[in-house]
Parts: sequence; C-alpha cells; structure tokens
Amino acid sequence: MFASILVNGLVNSVILILTALGFSLTFGLSRVANFAVGGLYLFAGFAAWIFLRILGLPYAVAILLAIILTGILGAIIYQVLLVRVRGIELSEVIATFAVGVAILETFRWAGFVTYEFNLPSFFKGRLEILGTVIDYQRLIVIGVGLFLAVALWWFTHHTKIGLGLRGIAQDEHTALTLGIESDWAAMLSVAIGSALTAVAAVVILPLGIISINVGYEVLLLAIAVSVLGGLESTVGLVIAGLILGYAQVLTANFLGPQWMLVVYLAAIVTVLAVRPSGLLGRFKEIEERV
Amino acid sequence: MTITFRKERLDRGIKARSADIYALASWRELAYLLAPRMLLIGGVLAFPLLRGLVDAYWLRVMLMACTIALLALSWDLMASVGLVSLGQAMFFGIGGYITGYLSSTLKWPPFITIPIATVAGALLCATLLYPVLRLRGIYFALITLSLPQLFERIIEATKILGGTDGMSGLTPLPDITISLYVIIAVLFATFFGFRRLIDSDYGLVFKGIRDNDRSVIAAGINIYWYKAQAVFIAGLPATFAGAFMTHYNQFVGMSSFAADYSVLPLTSTVVGGIGVFAGALLGAFLLVPISEVLRAYGTLRVVIYCIALVVFVVGRPEGIFRYAQRKYHQFERPVAVEE
Amino acid sequence: MANPILQVDHLTKRFGGIGAVYRISFDLQPGEALGIIGPNGSGKTTLVNLITGFVKPTAGRVTFRGREITNLPAYARVELGIARSFQMVRPFYNLPAFKNLIIPLFSPRVGKRVGGKSGNRDEVAMHLLEEVGFERDSQVPYKVASSLPHGYLKRLELARCLALEPELLILDELFSGMSMSEVASVLPLIEKIREQGTTIIMVEHRLRELFRIANRAIVLNFGEKIAEGKPEEVIADEQVRKAYLGSEDA
Repeated sequence: MFASILVNGLVNSVILILTALGFSLTFGLSRVANFAVGGLYLFAGFAAWIFLRILGLPYAVAILLAIILTGILGAIIYQVLLVRVRGIELSEVIATFAVGVAILETFRWAGFVTYEFNLPSFFKGRLEILGTVIDYQRLIVIGVGLFLAVALWWFTHHTKIGLGLRGIAQDEHTALTLGIESDWAAMLSVAIGSALTAVAAVVILPLGIISINVGYEVLLLAIAVSVLGGLESTVGLVIAGLILGYAQVLTANFLGPQWMLVVYLAAIVTVLAVRPSGLLGRFKEIEERV
Repeated sequence: MTITFRKERLDRGIKARSADIYALASWRELAYLLAPRMLLIGGVLAFPLLRGLVDAYWLRVMLMACTIALLALSWDLMASVGLVSLGQAMFFGIGGYITGYLSSTLKWPPFITIPIATVAGALLCATLLYPVLRLRGIYFALITLSLPQLFERIIEATKILGGTDGMSGLTPLPDITISLYVIIAVLFATFFGFRRLIDSDYGLVFKGIRDNDRSVIAAGINIYWYKAQAVFIAGLPATFAGAFMTHYNQFVGMSSFAADYSVLPLTSTVVGGIGVFAGALLGAFLLVPISEVLRAYGTLRVVIYCIALVVFVVGRPEGIFRYAQRKYHQFERPVAVEE
Repeated sequence: MANPILQVDHLTKRFGGIGAVYRISFDLQPGEALGIIGPNGSGKTTLVNLITGFVKPTAGRVTFRGREITNLPAYARVELGIARSFQMVRPFYNLPAFKNLIIPLFSPRVGKRVGGKSGNRDEVAMHLLEEVGFERDSQVPYKVASSLPHGYLKRLELARCLALEPELLILDELFSGMSMSEVASVLPLIEKIREQGTTIIMVEHRLRELFRIANRAIVLNFGEKIAEGKPEEVIADEQVRKAYLGSEDA
C-alpha cells in the first residue's frame, strides 16, 4: 500500500511536472502566458498518430516530427498573433486561450474522438519496484521528466542564451540595451515551450488514449502547477508537481477518485489565496501590495 | 455663380464640446443621435410581440441572448476594476443552485426565490472571491477558470444538491412573452445602471484601481474592499441570469457551471467591445443568434467563436460597437457652396 | 517636549538577505520638517515605503500619534493622516488632470467633508490644482494626464497629497525633474503648508530647497543612519561628505 502510493505518486507528480514545463518555461523566459498548451499538447499527439498510422513512418521519426511541428506551430502563433498584442496581458491570454480551444474543437469536429486514437508504448514490458508493478512507459515518463527538469534549470541558470532570455523577462529595456532582441527571443521561448509540451504529450499519451478532454485537462493542470510553483522557478515547479501529484494519489486512495479534482483545485485556490506569488515565486514579491 | 458641393460631416456642429456632450439645434440632429439608439432598444422591446409570426424557437434564442448579455455586462464591469474572469459560469451556476434549492425544498414561488438567489448568490460569490482579490492578471484568470469546475466536482463528489442528476421539476415561469419582458427589463436596468455607475465618481475609483492601484491605495482607499463591491455588483445580473434560467428550464444541474456560460459572455464582450457596456450587449445579440444558426455544424461553431475571438482581440481590439459608432459619426452629406 | 507625532523605532527591511534599511530610529515632533538625504540606493525610498505601509518591515516599529501602525495597511495609514508623493509619478494617465484628484477626494478621509455631489468634488479639485500652480482659466486642468509635461505631473502628485488634508506629508523627491521656475512656484506653497502646522518629511537631493523647508535632517548611507541634526551642520559632517562624494579628501 505504502509502496504503491510512493511509486504512483511519483509517476503522477512527474506527469504533472512534464505537462507544466512548456508553459512554465515560456512564461518564465518571456512573460507570455500561453493558454494554448492544451491544444498544442493534443496537436502533438494527433500529429504523431497521423505520421505513425496514416503515413506509416517509424515511431521515433513520427515522434520527432511531431515535436518539431508543434514547436513551429508555437512560433507561428507568436509571429502571427502574439506579436501584435505583446504586453497586453488580457489580450495574450484571450488570444492563446481561443487558439487552444480552436485546435481542440477542430479535432473534435474532424472526428478524432474514438478509441483507435492511441500511441503505442515505447517498449513493452513492466518491472517490479518495492512490490509495485510499473510498466516501462511510466519509467520513461519519470526519466524524461526528471531529465528535462534538470536540463531546463541548467539552461536557464547556467547558459548564456538562457540567462539572456531570463534577462528579458526581468526587464525588457535593459535587455534591449544589451543587444538582446526581445521579439525574436520571445518567439523562441514560445516555440521551445510548445516543443516541450509536445515532448510531454508523446511521452505521456501512450499511457492512455488521446481524447479531446485530455487537452482541456492539460490546460488546467499545466497552468495550475506552474502558477503554484511560482512561474519562473523550476524548483518551485517540481515541488508543486510533487505536492499535487501525491495529493491526488492520496486522495484517490483514501477518499475515492471522485475527490481527486476537488482536492486538486482546492489546493490551487488555497495556495494562491495565501501566497499570491506561488510557493517559490519571487517575481511579484517586491511589488506585492501589502 | 456656380454651385458646387463639398462634403460635410453629419455630426458637425452637434459634437460641440467633447465626445459625449452634444449641442442640438434641430429635431433632425436629435433624430440623428437617437435613431440608432432607439432602433436597437425598440428592436429588443418589440421582438417578443412577434410571437405569432416567428417560431417559438427564436423566442427562446432571444431569451438566451438576454442571458448571455447579462453575463457579458457582468464580465465587463469586473474587467473595469481589472479583474479578468474566465469563469462567469460560477455566478450563473450559484444563482441557479440557490434558487433551485429554495424552490425544491421550501417550495417558494419564483418571484421570491429569484431575488433572494440574485442577492445571496452575488454576496456568496463576492465572499468566495474576496481572498483572491489580491491576485491580478493571469493569476486571477486561472482561479476563475478553476472555480466553476471546482463546484462541479464538489457537487459530483458529495452528491449534495441532487448530485449529477441535478434538481428538476422546479416551479416554471409564466408564459414566455412575460418572461422575456422581465429579463429585458432587468437587462436594460443593468445596462443603464452600470453605465451611470461607471461614469460616477464611484466608478472612477474602479477604473483607477484597474489603471494604477498603487495611486488608489495612496489616496487612502481600501482597494480590496472596492474590488469586493465590484464583484458583488457585477455578480447581481449574472446570478439573476442563473436563477431566471433555472426557473425557465425548471431544472438546475452541473451543466449550469458549463464553460459555455464563461466563454460566450467573454466572446460577446470582446467582439462587441470591452469597456463600453453597449458593446457587451451588441456582442451578445449578434453572437447568440449566429451560434444558433451554426448549431448544425456541431462543434465547428466553437471553432468559429474562437476564431472570432482571436480576430477581434488581435485585429480590432476596439470591438464592433466603437467601430460602428466611429463610422456612424463619419457619415457625410453634400453641402451646396456658392462660388 | 510635546508628544512626537511619528516615532520610528529600529526599523529594518531586508530584500532577500540584503539590508535595504537597517535599524533606523528617529522621532518627529508635530510641525517639524525633517529632511532625509543620502546617496542613491541608500534606502531613502524604502524608508518612506516602510513608514507609509507600502512595504512591510522585517523588524522594528512605527508609531503615529501614539498608536502603533507597523502592521496597518497602507490605505489605513492615509486615513490616519499620512500622505505621500511618489518619486516615480504614475497618475491616472487616461483621466483629465482635475479628475485625477477625484479619487483622493472620494476617499474615506476627506470624502464626507467635501460632500457627496460629484460637482463639489470637481470644484475642490480645480481649487487644489490652482494652488499647486495649474492655470485655472487655461486648458491645462482639463487635459488628460498623459499629455502633461513632467513638471505638471509632479505638481499633480503634490495636489493629490494635499487633497488628503494630511497631518504628516511625505514628499519623495518632489523637486527632482522640476524646472527652476516650477520649483520657485511650489516652494512657497510647501513653506505655507509647514507654517500651517503640517508635519513634513522630505526626501530630497536638491539641498538648497531642503534647507529652506527642513529644520532637521538625517543622512542615510547603505540603509543606516549616519548623521542627524540641523541640515547645515549635518552636511558639513565629515562622514556625510565621504558618503556623498565617495572620497576622503572631499
């Protein structure tokens, strides 16, 4: 019982962290709140499915293409729409939210709603850890999630590009004087964020079927985990993912699965009411109204 | 002596001082200003009288348009203090559930339950949102996005208030013509009330909080208390809409918290124009009928909404109302000039 | 001596481990005018933010007229009679200048006295603007704030404070960015306010103006109080010269 909670909680947490990484990265780097993550997530899933099932490409190629394509879609969304409403938070949120819903509902309209839409596991088979059976796909999820979280933290804190992008998030004018072109950098951050969301999609989706409602869930989960973690903080993101992931598993075990979302949403509302800048957020603290 | 013509703007001489102070010299000028207003107001008022001529279906569409318009006005007032909501469905659902509970357990008639649900619902929403009024921007948007779903899940999990089945068999409203006039009356009262409110000094504080909350604090005003008041006032038409539609449908259920009641008002306001309440009205009365026409296309209509939303947010953020108003005031007439 | 109107007791603020203001104490008698000087980044504005409640202190106490206000929210301190100007002016850019004053006039502190009708408030607002040097018969008070030059915005900021009828007026670099003639027109007004008994704290780089208003000054450096006394004496202090000019032979 205890071991199963431990293992399933970890899987759950990493899934949450993975889903949130793209949104969190984009916001942390360029302050663009990309509410289209849900749509991008499913776009990647369906793209991979089409490459694999319809075009018959090898699985690895299909996945790679899906990730690249989603990144490009993110860049297009930025170049066509966001660049015109840059800095108007309300417009950014509404525009990306609408794009996300439009992507999801287009798929629904086109009939992508049956059980045949699924991606195979990367490797078949399972393993027993601490008496709990866990399949390889979930291990891959954990591996990819942890790797990306560490890699991102490294990228934003120790590489020149990452630091430069973060500079823009802090102060656009200063970054400009240092020769960092903010529009280009922001486009890049949206594209990378979208590609990361695609990575999450192709790794996580083999665990179940690809359904439209997953897209809406991902939107809520991704934003909630990022906001809870404090938006620009990778460490905060991981902590928030762990808290929510384990909270879900504990709830499902002791209260019943129907309470999972209640506990989850209540946690978000409560944390933000108590700590408006999230668990580890520092961005807003200085200007926070007291 | 030849007579040539030059063009002159129709509103020349009318707009003497500023955009909203007019100097009228003739009935024609008065008519010029009043015509579009009267056309819209008269159109809405006359519509229920078409009962025999149009299908009853369209009367229900009208009812839906009024509902969405009320929610859109509510959204716009919240936006005027800087609170961007992605979850007006919360107000709608809470209004609906309060009236549903009162009606099904206490058997009170609608003319008692609806006003109680309106006021109590708005009060409840303002109380619930009070702790998160410190949040701004996407943080507040996220909370409002989660709250309707939270209520849905709580009702599902606890099986209270009818659980997934909802509460049905509630007292119906009187016939549709009367119902329509009631909701139209409330709609106009809300519209003119909100317009007056936002132009008053009290409304100035709202806009001040949106534009620069630091200065409002430095002026010795408790901005959270004001935001709470704004949420309460904005909540009234939305909870009313929920309560009213609950009685009209004789049913309330988890569908009252559906995303439609959040997305449609938002789209209406954006398409019509944020910050002018007339825009919210215009948007709702355009979008709801269009959405009915598109019903045959299934979820494609949601895609069309979203495209409209993106096009207006990115391409024409002033909205239809301000655009039309500007164009109307640019009408020209030829004037004879003697040379 | 009378009871002090403001007591600042070991006030400390750290931002992420860095001390912005460190154990600062001083008393202020009613009717006094205190100058706060110090080099850039010495914690002057943070000190103002701590006294007015815009920033919460890490440690220490603030007492206003015998009542501890350390944890009182900013708006409530305004209600007690502390008004401040901002160094970085941020008016309501979309509103005409005189409408900018409606919001303070609407506040609980003055709202009832000015009267409920919005016309009354407009009149009071125009009067205040005239007092800080807006030409009443010109178009200037009716112009939207975003179109006004910086000097006018600074004076609008002062008018906003005066609208609150403060007992303690805190001016954060009011004169910076004003032209000589603008300073010349505002200075007598502040002297008048002081003579009427309003207690004043002014953070100021322009020493000549500070000398005319303040009867006492404190000097901050790296968040600490390094000197206190009569303005002319303080500025002659060796340590102060060192802090300001950064070299020993100054």
